[in-house]
Amino acid sequence: MNKFTFISVDNPDAAIAELDEHDSPKFIAGGTNLLDLMKENVERPDHLIDITHLAFNTIENNADGGLRLGALVTNADTAWNVEVEKRYPLLSQAILAGASPQLRNMATNGGNLMQRTRCYYFYDTATPCNKREPGSGCSAIGGYNRILAILGTSEHCIATHPSDMCVALAALGAIVNITGKNGERSIPFADFHRLPGDRPELDNTLEAGDIVTSIDLPAEDFTTHYKYLKVRDRASYAFALVSVAAALKIENGKILEARLALGGVAHKPWRSLEVENMLAGSAVGKEVFQKAADAILEGAKGYGDNTFKIELAKRAIVRALTEAAGLEEQA
Amino acid sequence: MSLLQKVGVSAENLEPNDGGKYIGKPISRVDGRTKVTGNAKYAAEFNMRTGILHGYVVSSPITKGKITAVNTRQALSQKGVVTVFTHLNVPGLAWFDRSYRDQDAPPGGSPFRPLQGDEILFSQQPIALVVAETFELARYAATLVHFEYEVKEELSVGLEQNLDKAKKPEKHRFPVPKPRGDAEKALKESAITVEEDYYHGYEHHNPMEMFASTVIYGDDDRLTIYDKTQGVLNSQSYIKSVFGLSDNEARVISPFMGGGFGSGLRPQYQLYMAVLASLELKRSVKVVLTRQQMFSFGHRPATLQKISLGASADGKLQAIINKCVSETSTFEEYTENIVNWSGQMYQCDNVTLDHQLVPLDLYTPLDMRAPGGVTGMYALEIAIDELAVKVGIDPLEFRLINYAEKDQNLDKPFSSKELRECYRQGAERFGWSKRNPKAGATVEGNNLVGWGVATGCWEANQMPSRAKAMLSADGKLTVGCATADIGTGTYTVMTQIAAEVLGVVMEDVLFKLGDSVLPMSPLQGGSWTMATVGSAVKLVCDELKGKLFKLAKKLENSPFSNVKEEDVIFSDSRIQLKADTQKYLTFSEVLQKSEVNYLEADTTSLPNMLEQNKYSRFTHSAVFVEVKVDKDLGTVHVTRVVDAVAAGRIINTKTARSQILGGVVWGISMALHEDTVMDNNFGRFMNHNLAEYHVPVNADIKDIDVIFVEEHDDIVNPLGVKGLGEIGIVGVAAAVSNAIYHATGKRLRNLPMQLDQLL
Repeated sequence: MNKFTFISVDNPDAAIAELDEHDSPKFIAGGTNLLDLMKENVERPDHLIDITHLAFNTIENNADGGLRLGALVTNADTAWNVEVEKRYPLLSQAILAGASPQLRNMATNGGNLMQRTRCYYFYDTATPCNKREPGSGCSAIGGYNRILAILGTSEHCIATHPSDMCVALAALGAIVNITGKNGERSIPFADFHRLPGDRPELDNTLEAGDIVTSIDLPAEDFTTHYKYLKVRDRASYAFALVSVAAALKIENGKILEARLALGGVAHKPWRSLEVENMLAGSAVGKEVFQKAADAILEGAKGYGDNTFKIELAKRAIVRALTEAAGLEEQA
Repeated sequence: MSLLQKVGVSAENLEPNDGGKYIGKPISRVDGRTKVTGNAKYAAEFNMRTGILHGYVVSSPITKGKITAVNTRQALSQKGVVTVFTHLNVPGLAWFDRSYRDQDAPPGGSPFRPLQGDEILFSQQPIALVVAETFELARYAATLVHFEYEVKEELSVGLEQNLDKAKKPEKHRFPVPKPRGDAEKALKESAITVEEDYYHGYEHHNPMEMFASTVIYGDDDRLTIYDKTQGVLNSQSYIKSVFGLSDNEARVISPFMGGGFGSGLRPQYQLYMAVLASLELKRSVKVVLTRQQMFSFGHRPATLQKISLGASADGKLQAIINKCVSETSTFEEYTENIVNWSGQMYQCDNVTLDHQLVPLDLYTPLDMRAPGGVTGMYALEIAIDELAVKVGIDPLEFRLINYAEKDQNLDKPFSSKELRECYRQGAERFGWSKRNPKAGATVEGNNLVGWGVATGCWEANQMPSRAKAMLSADGKLTVGCATADIGTGTYTVMTQIAAEVLGVVMEDVLFKLGDSVLPMSPLQGGSWTMATVGSAVKLVCDELKGKLFKLAKKLENSPFSNVKEEDVIFSDSRIQLKADTQKYLTFSEVLQKSEVNYLEADTTSLPNMLEQNKYSRFTHSAVFVEVKVDKDLGTVHVTRVVDAVAAGRIINTKTARSQILGGVVWGISMALHEDTVMDNNFGRFMNHNLAEYHVPVNADIKDIDVIFVEEHDDIVNPLGVKGLGEIGIVGVAAAVSNAIYHATGKRLRNLPMQLDQLL
């Protein structure tokens, strides 16, 4: 860990102003990922700007009938929020599938979006990693890659985004609200995280000085047919090998609308509008779920240790959709 | 009376399990309150008010090669950085290998010498110690030390990739028995055979407490060393011989340990580095390893066993062959008992066993809970299950058909073996008779349900140990021995034994351990502490009784003037006549009337080898496991375990149960989770943290039922106890694998059994 200075700020302008005063400043909120990375010398900020006292700490109704999640509300407070539990149970389920109670008590919603990959090589400064040190090479390709990506990979990086919460947010079509040097703007969730391409060092589309202020959930009703299924190597406190956020609107045995997002398989939560459109209009049934699973995994690529994820993801999708549709009781 | 004879005497006041006041009772830990209130101090928690320096270890990023240049200028320029030790400025220390040996060092090879050369032998090798006024500063300065290397690209890592380098070890710590009968021929002639490979990879101990040493540099130039170790005398003798110090110059103290599991059986490099820095700087120094560095020394070796079994059509074993290859480092030959169990567990006249080593560019493996036993038994017990299935006999019945009445490896009877009773009681508690013999036939929703059984076995050894005891005139008893309590309950059980034998309440007994000024004891390991130190405590208290009685007899108007020691009872802090318990003297009365402040005894307890060597001495268990396997996703949950253990006399049913629970949890961990992943390109362990090196969490652990089967053994030691440290883990992984087979019809032979093997 390197030497750094620390300051607490109480408004976004002050936070952004701090950035100009230092070489490699970083915002810190819950710090559940950043501190680990600093101890490993992966992140080496010279200045930490504590933003936990900014006013983004409430959950409120939006005028359009949706819900606004403050970026500084903790994951625990979000998961157990009455409105979230009632109107967005898929999100609640996803958050509670992640990390441990202790971590969820510290981690914030904004931070959850910003957490970095768990790729073994990214965490170990003794090995090359394009995400950590652009141009140094990807050790995971041809190395050990059990937990890494099978979709949207590039020759430069096969890292995954490790969040559970974000998979549900992707499925629910959330909007990320930002304040930055050029004022406020919003990014649809699908455009927030990015694929590695030839710039794997960039996890998302934020610009320098941007602060996530809140996340908007649209006024959709996926409260009857939903499932967040997380498949992992132990019963809790493990990152997903594969996770599935599934949400359906069903009427008279027919799917009116479908949402399907995958975690643990790509550099971002993986969602396919094409596959969702394919599901919409179909009668509920395992055959169409299997078809959807095959379609969304089309083009998936295994790297040896993680090749099993392709088949696992398909099976998990069928299971999640089946349970969401109520064809089987939820486990 | 010679010491040997003394040891053989069994104590009349140590009745079987429920006979004593303390022995056999579920007594809570005497140090429990101290621990849960945070008052128990661990090696890194000892401090001085001012002036302690902090050392931070720099680990090699390369696996093999030479250091060609070192630049410490930037690190040293930081205010508060005192010095940086590298191979370039470490003073000349002991030269001969034997000075670096320790009680658990492999018999062959050269122990690793930190900072004593430019050669890199393994990834994460310690290459520098940065010493600074604060920990944070030392850690930061460590990033400013720059090394240049000549990297050797060609690595030997990966056991399976290097099988062609396998060779017999020069000295095996557990010599492999010579073949008996003709196993190859018997195998060929067998009606039914199983021939399979069983593999498990590297595993690391990962105790919760990091390795740490705090060295206090005294005004008299003497060192007081608080070390994380399973043997203070082992650490002390290592430091003495490496640095040329005397007993008085290096005292090692370790009152508590946050988990050992074998990782503290050898002095680890932070001890060496902390002492080095302290002596050089004449300052107090603390060195604590990081979690990542906990993967930089010993581990359970990756092991491949090729097992061939043959049986007759009616299920009698005809042939057993186990050819095993495990790994060691390039500089030491680490061996453990992996294959001998294959020749011992079952009645079979044709057995061939072999064990070879492959040297890899890694640190030397290290004893890890039930070293070798857990490895050898997991493979054998899966193979036996496979054979039972092929023969078409219930796997429990198959084990009973081939039950070994004597140890054929050594051609000796067992000192006791209630394994049959373990099978019976375990099966009854588990409900084994209701098992559907067909695999894959029990379905519950999306889950396939399976039941499996396996046998566990571990040594029941006793070692020599000293103990001393002091009874003061106020009736308080202090007993001391340089043993350790690595979380197993040593403080508690020794207090129980002392109180029971002398006849005082536990509250009046103080048991001291973990200090090199205390009487000699072996390492705490091998499941022998109860037998070894317990026997010494009993002996020293018996001797104290003798001295006390002599004093009492000599008193004026003594009620015992005409009686022998056999005619009195020591109870309630009194000596009383057996014939008339109203005639008594309290211990305090005896001492006070004799005008003695305290009474001392100091005794060495030696195992009665003459008698013990006539027998084969082991602990046994039968493990029953239920698993539920998701039919589509392959996730495995162990929903129920019954472990029936025959371990002689149980001194404390509560701590004993905890030992077995911990062992079973670790067995589940070995079966489903633990795996240190090697990148074969870099020769580096990649999941060196507890986020990615998985052990079970609470949600993985359901019902575990422990049964202690009654077992009497007058041979193993004067207490009739067998250790419980390892037996709990042995057999569990095999039982899980056998249950997975029963659930799914798929046979998994590689550990850990992760879900991708079941898709």
